[in-house]
Amino acid sequence: MWKWLHPYAKGEATFRLLGAWLPWLSGLALILVSVGLVWGLFYAPPDYQQGDSYRIIFIHVPAAMFSMGAYTGMAIAALIALVWQIRTAEWAIAAIAPVGAVLTFVALFTGAVWGKPMWGTWWEWDARLTSELILLFLYIGVLALYYAFNDARTGAKAAAILSLVGVVNVPIIHFSVYWWNSLHQGATITKFSKPSMPPEMLIPLLISIAGFLFLTAALITQRLRNEILKQELHRPWAMQQLGVEANNGVQ
Amino acid sequence: MAFNSWQEIIWMDGYGFYVWLSFGVSILAVGLLVVHGLLTRKTLARMAVQEQQRQQRLARRKQQERSRSKSTNDSTS
Repeated sequence: MWKWLHPYAKGEATFRLLGAWLPWLSGLALILVSVGLVWGLFYAPPDYQQGDSYRIIFIHVPAAMFSMGAYTGMAIAALIALVWQIRTAEWAIAAIAPVGAVLTFVALFTGAVWGKPMWGTWWEWDARLTSELILLFLYIGVLALYYAFNDARTGAKAAAILSLVGVVNVPIIHFSVYWWNSLHQGATITKFSKPSMPPEMLIPLLISIAGFLFLTAALITQRLRNEILKQELHRPWAMQQLGVEANNGVQ
Repeated sequence: MAFNSWQEIIWMDGYGFYVWLSFGVSILAVGLLVVHGLLTRKTLARMAVQEQQRQQRLARRKQQERSRSKSTNDSTS
């Protein structure tokens, strides 16, 4: 049943598959993010309470969502790497961590810049903000562990274990605004009742979220392709891919 | 359009600094990530050239060794 999946444990097959996806992912990301952000910045009406400052939401919310989504993806890759010892999954950890770290940084930064005019402070040690900061440290820790060992597989294993342990932080971030008193407002769209946002704001936000989904996927794809090439550099297919003739056959 | 002029767009009801700072830094951060990925690809291409030279050196040495052992074999026989 899962046999179709087996070739993708090999670097070259995954590299080619990702190469076929990359133009679509980056094209959709570029279009949707542009439409979502331009709509949100210039065409959405101002908020009745927050004025024009709320426009930061069109970056802040998607970045925060996929900072957690990317971590979940990384943890799944870590599980696959640890249980089935699939090297492509190990490399996926190294590909996802920097992307997730940048998304987390963007979420934290835009949050701070939004918090200053609305809450009167750049930073507050409250549950939502602190747990998101811990997410950034987890990403950095995973990356540091991945590259900390002379033996790449040892590093990948250590990074995978930290990824798995750290995944407990993801639901903590999501539910922090319910479990603790927080300056941070509650969920706007990811709740079961009707979203508390008018469609003139909700539609560009949803477009931006879709755009960030493809952006995250495209960034991870780019980095995973690099990681596969790096790990398989001595193989003829990788050298040919990088524009060099391999000499394995020459005797 | 929620604004009537460029001044209004930049000013953003007094929140222009915060809105444009967060958009600017975010786009810069993602842009740097993309550029870093492209530069990594370039570095890999350079490493591939080195790997090619290494493999060529290895192949040449192997050939030399083979011809040398062949010549010693010839002299002993």
